[in-house]
Amino acid sequence: MFQTVIIALNEGFLKTFEIFCVTLLGALPLGLIIAFGSMSRWRPLKWFVKTLVWVVRGTPLMLQLLIIFYGPGKIFGYNIWGTGDWGRNAAVFTAFILNYACYFSEIYRGGIESIPRGQYEAGQVLGMTKPQIFFRVVLMQVVKRITAPMSNEVITLVKDTSLARIILVYEIIWAGQDFIKSSGVIWPLFFTGVYYLLFNGLLTVLFGYIEKKLNYYRG
Amino acid sequence: MSLLEIKNITKSFGDTQVLRGIGFNMEKGEVIAVIGSSGSGKTTLLRCINFLEQPDGGTITVNGREIYSAEKKKLYSDAEIRTNRLNFGLVFQSFNLFPQYNVLKNITLAPELMRLKGVSSGAEKKKIRRQISNEALSLLQTVGLSEKAQSYPCELSGGQQQRVAIARALAMNPEILCFDEPTSALDPELTGEVLRAIKSLKTQGRTMIVVTHEMDFARNVADRIIYMADGVIEETGTPEQVFSAPRSEKTRAFLSKPAL
Ligand SMILES: Nc1ncnc2c1ncn2[C@@H]1O[C@H](COP(=O)(O)OP(=O)(O)O)[C@@H](O)[C@H]1O
Ligand SMILES: [Mg+2]
Repeated sequence: MFQTVIIALNEGFLKTFEIFCVTLLGALPLGLIIAFGSMSRWRPLKWFVKTLVWVVRGTPLMLQLLIIFYGPGKIFGYNIWGTGDWGRNAAVFTAFILNYACYFSEIYRGGIESIPRGQYEAGQVLGMTKPQIFFRVVLMQVVKRITAPMSNEVITLVKDTSLARIILVYEIIWAGQDFIKSSGVIWPLFFTGVYYLLFNGLLTVLFGYIEKKLNYYRG
Repeated sequence: MSLLEIKNITKSFGDTQVLRGIGFNMEKGEVIAVIGSSGSGKTTLLRCINFLEQPDGGTITVNGREIYSAEKKKLYSDAEIRTNRLNFGLVFQSFNLFPQYNVLKNITLAPELMRLKGVSSGAEKKKIRRQISNEALSLLQTVGLSEKAQSYPCELSGGQQQRVAIARALAMNPEILCFDEPTSALDPELTGEVLRAIKSLKTQGRTMIVVTHEMDFARNVADRIIYMADGVIEETGTPEQVFSAPRSEKTRAFLSKPAL
């Protein structure tokens, strides 16, 4: 019995892990682009991006999942996601990446705006280009300043992946809950907590390591 | 022909005109000290010369070549501005070192970005890197910080940081090095080492514009004094003239005030 449960939970966790990784891979860079958009000097873009961030951060991720998955079919009469698992996964990735990119973008923006103007000007008078100043002077300092808030978001993401089941993506909580119906036992559901704890423990250690690595300088 | 010719520079922020027609010439090897009370536009002038601000009026000419004319303000590309500003270096009041890099890297970063551009051969790159690094080390020697090459800015005193900032500016080989109150952010006991470093640059023949409140330094090191008040050059002349026999009433009043 224990082995059956572990196999099922492992399978569920694999999906959880997949959502986690794909979301980070997409949302980390997309968040930077959104951050630049929200700081743009071109007003229409800035306000479009700010509205997007407001809507995405102001509504539940669960609602966004439902709208993104069912919306196209119900509103336009054309289900872009198809009928198979592939479509469900794609919808989950889309919703998660969009949602997390918006949260990340605000963290990035705070980090970027906290870098003193003198750092940019020092780069400028030394003849550096804008991209050089951003990537060689500013970015590392931003990374250091945002590690703590980012680690919070990333740990929240691990737990948010459980929302994917609302559109029938088989992640770990669903895997655990299945045993209530099939075998009348509830401990597998509780046992999923161990997976979350271990994974988040690992992430905490990882972020602690990054923070320590970046501690070689102050400022 | 003068090394630098500044003509009739004006600059406003909103409704307030901060620079109201500044003009002066500068010869190679000359050291000018700019003095004046706070708010008179000294920083703005240096920022205009270094293209951190675009003047609304006037021209800047280096070695007979006009590198800025306010009439063509809108026409300059980022690349042109970058090239032109390399005629100048600027040392800030607040140092603005890059905290994540050690002292050596602070100095070599910009020269590497510039001189490695377009170089593809690995051996060639290595050679250029070595060359830049050697130049940086000798600049560190000039400012008396050879042993700090591997330290990080946060490990240095303010005076040391400012001397690194001077070496960093020199690494780009500017024709004219500008200082904006280089000692104002320092504890009094640390100003001496920075002023000495600047003074030693004079003996090497560097052309420099130094905005300063250190009157003794201005009097002893500068070849010429520019006294600014309310966005104009109120008086200019040798230290002798300006300090001992100021012509303008305003200058006299400013100089008789106790040091700020
Ligand atoms: N970016 C700016 N926006 C608006 N006003 C400015 C700006 N920079 C400087 N000023 C104003 O210009 C005047 C001159 O400033 P500044 O050049 O810094 O003088 P100084 O360096 O001689 O003390 C001050 O009144 C200051 O408030
Ligand atoms: Mg000033």
